[in-house]
Amino acid sequence: MRQTRSIMGMPVTVEIIGDNITEADVEPSFTYFNNVDQRFSTYKETSEISRINRSEIQPKNYSHEMKEIFRLAGQTKEETDGFFDIGEIGQCDPSGIVKGWAIDQAARRLAKRGYKNFYIDAGGDIATVGHSAYGERWRVGIRNPFNLEQIVKVVGISNCGIATSGNYERGEHIYNPHDNWQKAKAISSVTVIGPNIYDADRFATAAFVMGQKGINLIEFLPGLEGYIIGKDGQATMTSGFEKYILSSISVK
Amino acid sequence: MVKKMFLSLAVILSFGLYALVLRPHERDDGRVIAPTNTSTAPATNTPSNTGPAPTTAGPPATTSGQLFKNGSFTGSVEDAYYGNIQVKAVINGGKITDVVFLQYPNDRQNSVYINSQAMPYLKTETIQAQSANVDIVSGATASSIAFQKSLATALETAKI
Repeated sequence: MRQTRSIMGMPVTVEIIGDNITEADVEPSFTYFNNVDQRFSTYKETSEISRINRSEIQPKNYSHEMKEIFRLAGQTKEETDGFFDIGEIGQCDPSGIVKGWAIDQAARRLAKRGYKNFYIDAGGDIATVGHSAYGERWRVGIRNPFNLEQIVKVVGISNCGIATSGNYERGEHIYNPHDNWQKAKAISSVTVIGPNIYDADRFATAAFVMGQKGINLIEFLPGLEGYIIGKDGQATMTSGFEKYILSSISVK
Repeated sequence: MVKKMFLSLAVILSFGLYALVLRPHERDDGRVIAPTNTSTAPATNTPSNTGPAPTTAGPPATTSGQLFKNGSFTGSVEDAYYGNIQVKAVINGGKITDVVFLQYPNDRQNSVYINSQAMPYLKTETIQAQSANVDIVSGATASSIAFQKSLATALETAKI
């Protein structure tokens, strides 16, 4: 059973493999994403984050989820040498960390309810568990940042998260805090595979902001592998990335 | 750990990289060309025949005041590379109240596995289009774009 909804301004897809899986099985995931959106969307005036940015809520009164996101954002900022920064109160936008976190939480909820084989895809950031309907690892394509009609790599993953950060989707939306918040432009896209989508997503974002150096960050983080596509069409992969590659058949 | 073994090699390689970066003319001579639109994008798309499987959407991303007539408006079928996307916009009170996916990629063809051989540390390669049969795409731009296109045509027909 596969369902797609429009949430947070992007298609969110949940597929669960199994007999007797119905809409009722995928529905709670969408409800969860909607709840996250209500709390963390800077586009919603009534969201908790908007109220925090207007200083209407004292830090001690933040929700448990909000406190958790601020804690995780601080931790990520430290781990990435400041390259990942959600900004100051007043113009704080934690969406860079919320998305991966929300996918991860939604996947954990599905696993906890006993589902063995599924994926959750929110705007191209994906949590995979178990296997596909074909009994194989989930086959994930990496998009060509220069030609969005093409896929330039196919990887097979299971019980992993995969996230791609690039300047081609939804406008150039990633800024480098070390460069006066200029748009990050050094590379075209970076894809990270990690043990969970939360780690894959946040380190893909950080690596993208770092530019070509970002591949070294991924290389030296245990459990993470990456594939960076430069402005010149040259791709660099980490030493363990190859084990995920499924297909190297080029289209003539 | 392989990673640690190659740490020193990484340092040497990074000097090599810097050497390349400091010689911009060699980089700009067009020897290395990113894949262009002239290469063939495989036409592997078969419309997913899931039929109308209406799914309710979350809150509309855009509202446009009283620009639209009330009712349901079906958008065009847009190619999202690994399948087709078609949406229906539901307008109520002049605003988008729902976006329903009528078609969404739900199919793929048989796959072929060919593993490339192990290569040295931080392998680089020129990207090449793959004949890809995939379950999911990371960096879901095509679906986002197809979604927006289909929605745009739905709204076009809804305009007063």
